[in-house]
Amino acid sequence: MSAGTNKIAVTVSEVVEVNELVKRFRFVRSDGGLLPTFSGGAHTVVEMHDGEIQRLNPYSLMSDPMDQTAYTISVRRDDVGRGGSLFMHTQVKPGDQMVISYPVNLFSLDLRARKHLMIAGGIGITPFLAQIKQLTATNGRFELHYACRSPALGSYVDELCDHHPNNVHIYYDEQKQSIDLEHLLDGQPLGTHIYVCGPKGMIDWVRGKAEALGWPREAVHYEEFLAPQSGKPFEVKLAVSNKVIRVGEHQSLLEAIEAAGVDAPYLCRGGACGQCETDVIGYDGKFLHYDHWLEDDQKASGKKIMPCVSRFEGKTLVLDR
Amino acid sequence: MTIQFNDETFRDDYTFRNSQWAIDRFPFPFHEDSYMYSVNMEQHQGGPAGSVFEKRFDVDEHYVSEMKDRALVLAEDPLRCQCLPHMTLAGWDLLELIMVSKSEDYPDLFELHREGNNWHWINKPLGIDHKFVFLDETTLPYGPMEYITRQSQGDFAVLDQRDDNLWMDAGMVTTQADWSLDFDIGMNFFEWHAPVPKANEMGIFVRALKFLLNIQQGTPARRLNWTMTVNPLLDTSPENYHKWGVQKTTLTPENIGTKQHLRVELQTFFRLPRSNALVFPIRCYLISLQDLVTVPKWGRRLHRVIRDLPVELATYKGFIDNRPMIVDYLSQFDDGLPTSDGIWPDKNTEPPLQT
Repeated sequence: MSAGTNKIAVTVSEVVEVNELVKRFRFVRSDGGLLPTFSGGAHTVVEMHDGEIQRLNPYSLMSDPMDQTAYTISVRRDDVGRGGSLFMHTQVKPGDQMVISYPVNLFSLDLRARKHLMIAGGIGITPFLAQIKQLTATNGRFELHYACRSPALGSYVDELCDHHPNNVHIYYDEQKQSIDLEHLLDGQPLGTHIYVCGPKGMIDWVRGKAEALGWPREAVHYEEFLAPQSGKPFEVKLAVSNKVIRVGEHQSLLEAIEAAGVDAPYLCRGGACGQCETDVIGYDGKFLHYDHWLEDDQKASGKKIMPCVSRFEGKTLVLDR
Repeated sequence: MTIQFNDETFRDDYTFRNSQWAIDRFPFPFHEDSYMYSVNMEQHQGGPAGSVFEKRFDVDEHYVSEMKDRALVLAEDPLRCQCLPHMTLAGWDLLELIMVSKSEDYPDLFELHREGNNWHWINKPLGIDHKFVFLDETTLPYGPMEYITRQSQGDFAVLDQRDDNLWMDAGMVTTQADWSLDFDIGMNFFEWHAPVPKANEMGIFVRALKFLLNIQQGTPARRLNWTMTVNPLLDTSPENYHKWGVQKTTLTPENIGTKQHLRVELQTFFRLPRSNALVFPIRCYLISLQDLVTVPKWGRRLHRVIRDLPVELATYKGFIDNRPMIVDYLSQFDDGLPTSDGIWPDKNTEPPLQT
């Protein structure tokens, strides 16, 4: 079975500058057909061919899940990242042909919930945009608390406030506004589910507070895709395919495996879904585990690595791939 | 091709029959001369022309009569169809998946015309011509899942996905191999599989669940499962065990060829787009031993599989008491010759039975 999911050939039909950091991209099917419907919270993996480098980055779908004519995503520019978002911002133009994956949802709504309480930070707003459209169409009850840096950088704040004036609450860091989390969680009706998407600190804060207040683990949902970190280059032996590969400074181990023509499974490419989990056959050195899939004892065991985000420093690393 | 639908029964006088066409395309489940559990999943992206794997939802000569049998079961026991409140959206997903698939795969039998949410569904074999509004339950005579599964062969378990598990939160189950939706409703994957012997110790369920959780839109999967049934009964449910269990004692060496059936389930798995639920259609195919042994390879192999099956499995599958009689019967059709790999009948290459 091939890695990942089925692919769709698309054409970029529109690129819109939302603010100085965020651009929105609209994709339509290149063959003129309809795109699959999806569920709010789903992402697509966008393939980018940046010279010699192939990147596959996941982005949350923000368009109406029932709208099969187009998908839209929003990309925040990261000037110090590995270059995927910069490629999208500087290279991708209307009319370009691209390849994206079928939708995959690792952050779906729990449809049993009596109420959906959403907490977003910055670009973490994107999955909620699709979820809100889905809930609006099905008369679902939701409340959004959205923290962003400033009015100028508050992506989609106006649209959200116009359409859902009673359900949307905005907080600007610059104006020293912050979510009164304890109070917010304390006042929720029975059957409420919490969803949080944003920076790691925000996710940890919400999960920690909810746990302290006695919320059931199953009622707290979060999505955090890590971008793979850069690091020192290292060499890896792939035992099954009998290849020695080199992982570049700005390349992930998974990308290096793929560049060597070896088929490796993946879904989220952000250390969350567990699909790329790989057995370590031997090593002499130190693992840099960045994922939040493996348990601490698994990380310490030296027997597993998540190649989408984690790295290695040392003499030898042999993988079962 | 146009299918000739049988007028037949799966109860009382048991007039169910397989045509030569149905025998030749029967999904024989054993790819080698022995059987043990495995996570024997493959992609469900078509298959050889005419086989039961070719279409997303196979329609065969038993369609119309199976739907009549389903209606009889539901009239006696409405709890065979249940849908917890949060699964309605998944029901619409399933309705869309089946209507789109069948109208594309069998355009001579089914038509779907859509203008926005105004849908027009024509099911010629069942004589249904119905206009309704997609996502508006008030425009259908039943909930969306019940509506479409009253028109689709096989059972349907609709599984919610959450907390890294699957939950049996909706289904239409009238042709089952001795399990109960009413008992399992609301259970998770490990809970509803708890009665299966050996597999848990083998780590089968952990691996199977991991596979299922990762089935994505556009990449459905499938596997075969099997058991044995006396008389061509679709409804072998725990609810009606008092009616069919006793029939297992009616087997004699004289009637076994016509009464004893191999029961095969084609199980498929599709991710549902709007709800992110997973649907698990379980399609039942029956074949009498007498028909099955007309394929020499299948006769040889089934004898070896049944003879060598571990006691726990023969017990779990409910034929341990009848096994000696079944093995006796099948031994007449096993001449000891080797068999070719794979499930296909290979009628042109496998030698006839040597006597």
